[in-house]
Amino acid sequence: MSTERTWVGPSAPERLNILRNTESIAIVGMSNKPARASYFVATYLLSSSPYRVYFVNPVLDEVLGQKVYPSLADLPEVPDMVDAFRKDSDLPGVAQEAVDLGAKTVWMQLGSWSEEAAAIAENAGLNAVMDRCVKIEHARFHGGLHLAGFNTGVISAKRQVVA
Amino acid sequence: MAEHQFGFRTRALHAGGTPDAEHGARSVPIYQTSSFVFKDADDAANLFALQKYGNIYSRIGNPTVAALEERIASLEGGIGAVATASGMAAEFITFAALCGQGDHVVASSQLYGGTVTQLDVTLRRFGVETTFVPGTDPADYKAAITENTKAVYTELVANPSGEIADLEGLAEVAHEAGLPLIVDATLNTPYLCRPFEHGADIVIHSITKFLGGHGNTLGGVVVESGRFNWGNGKFPAMTEPVPSYNNVTWWGNFGEYGFLTKLRSEQLRDIGPSLTPQAAWNLLQGVETLPQRMDAHVANAQEVVQWLATDPRIGYVNYAGLEDHPHHERAQKYLPQGIGSVFAFGVAGTDQLSGREVGGRFIENLQLASHLANIGDARTLVLHPASTTHQQLTSEQLESGGVREDLIRISVGLEDPADILWDLDQALTAATGINREGDVVETVTPAAATAEPTSEKATEGVHA
Repeated sequence: MSTERTWVGPSAPERLNILRNTESIAIVGMSNKPARASYFVATYLLSSSPYRVYFVNPVLDEVLGQKVYPSLADLPEVPDMVDAFRKDSDLPGVAQEAVDLGAKTVWMQLGSWSEEAAAIAENAGLNAVMDRCVKIEHARFHGGLHLAGFNTGVISAKRQVVA
Repeated sequence: MAEHQFGFRTRALHAGGTPDAEHGARSVPIYQTSSFVFKDADDAANLFALQKYGNIYSRIGNPTVAALEERIASLEGGIGAVATASGMAAEFITFAALCGQGDHVVASSQLYGGTVTQLDVTLRRFGVETTFVPGTDPADYKAAITENTKAVYTELVANPSGEIADLEGLAEVAHEAGLPLIVDATLNTPYLCRPFEHGADIVIHSITKFLGGHGNTLGGVVVESGRFNWGNGKFPAMTEPVPSYNNVTWWGNFGEYGFLTKLRSEQLRDIGPSLTPQAAWNLLQGVETLPQRMDAHVANAQEVVQWLATDPRIGYVNYAGLEDHPHHERAQKYLPQGIGSVFAFGVAGTDQLSGREVGGRFIENLQLASHLANIGDARTLVLHPASTTHQQLTSEQLESGGVREDLIRISVGLEDPADILWDLDQALTAATGINREGDVVETVTPAAATAEPTSEKATEGVHA
């Protein structure tokens, strides 16, 4: 993250819109270690969201009781969102795979930054999100982050939507 | 949901108060329960491992308390907040999160007395040393920082001197050393100053005071900006694996959310000074009208200050809103809407009576202002340390502690300002025998029993 950031990501309502238009998420770079971010996100999504969640990692077979697929192309359906937990230099390749497959969103985890990957996604008409966590963003709009005492930025007189 | 930046007054009413999913209650419900049932074994395991959000036990989190936490975090412009049973508890869990045996804190010497004793007595007994720095010059704070220092701590408005901390200067000194600047902003509230906008990293409040505003409920809160780099090598507790949570690291797993996650999941869990749901609800009612009340507190305080500053029976007024206060300019910068309504003034001694004796008589003759050890009530409060909390000290000991024997602390309330002034006037007249015009209107004689105590048995007082 030494280079200057020029890309501007989607606003809070735009991120909520992405989450609302997502039904399936593929976690690329899934880990079997409970302290890893991908494991946290997977556990949260499986327990607290309505999404169909798939794991991708060529060196693992099963995590959290679910099959792990060797590549995005091996998944039983085209996921709406590709959630990448990979080093920055791998992100353009992941974005291209997501484009080739026909996914709707490339989401790159908190700490990730690749303007090249974002451009690949956006030029092909996909949404791109970088340096944000799907768990935190879903929890921001569905009550979880609030319950933990965090500032969600949400001001609304509508009933809380919980999933 | 559409993008819009909501204003302070709107957030004071709405932030953290989204109606619940089940019933749509418009007022935040009081979740008066110690614990929360799990959906199943997996749910329990995920909650305990911090793998999902949700409630377990009200010592760690509670939905009513969460509403207050998010509301105050929003008003401060912070990333989040952890509420506690009192302001002192908020300070303690913060120091407990940052410091261990052999660590060190650099703090202002002009802190609230309870904070001084927490650092100087309790934490020192636990092996955490504090250097108290007089004055507000950042260079003096810089000189006090050692390799073991973990935080720089100050209040924005000092009491009773009325001095204003140099927030930006202190933030620079703290950040150069890789340390967070912690600011107790109780006296000004986020309505008058948001220290994060001037470089602070952690803000602490006694919500008991103006945020709650009604003098009926205790509470405290720790708010964090989310901007401090806890991975800078000085805070191993933030970066080393935590065995009780499957070896997560607070900074590695939770990033900018890490410090407050640690504070809740470790310090509230292990120490337990949690805010109760009923207290959180009481305090939320106060926060909703914070902007309107602070405007009125400031307006009343300014009237009282002007009145006192032009009264011959008053020796001095320590209020940075006055042009001759040494920090008048700094107050204009950090507190442009007003300093608040807590300040100190001195009653002048007369030919017959010492300042200490006038102060005591003045307090006894007040009819409307309440004589008690609190600030930030909707009602006007007063305290004369020399005849109450510090009465066992000699005048020399009072002077060395920065509390003059003629010093009165006032927390100006929301009454009709004319009534506050009437009360001050009649009490000053009764205490001194002199009216506002300077005329002697009655004879006042010193009481034999008010002779100054000897210094032999004097002990350290509690400056409430």
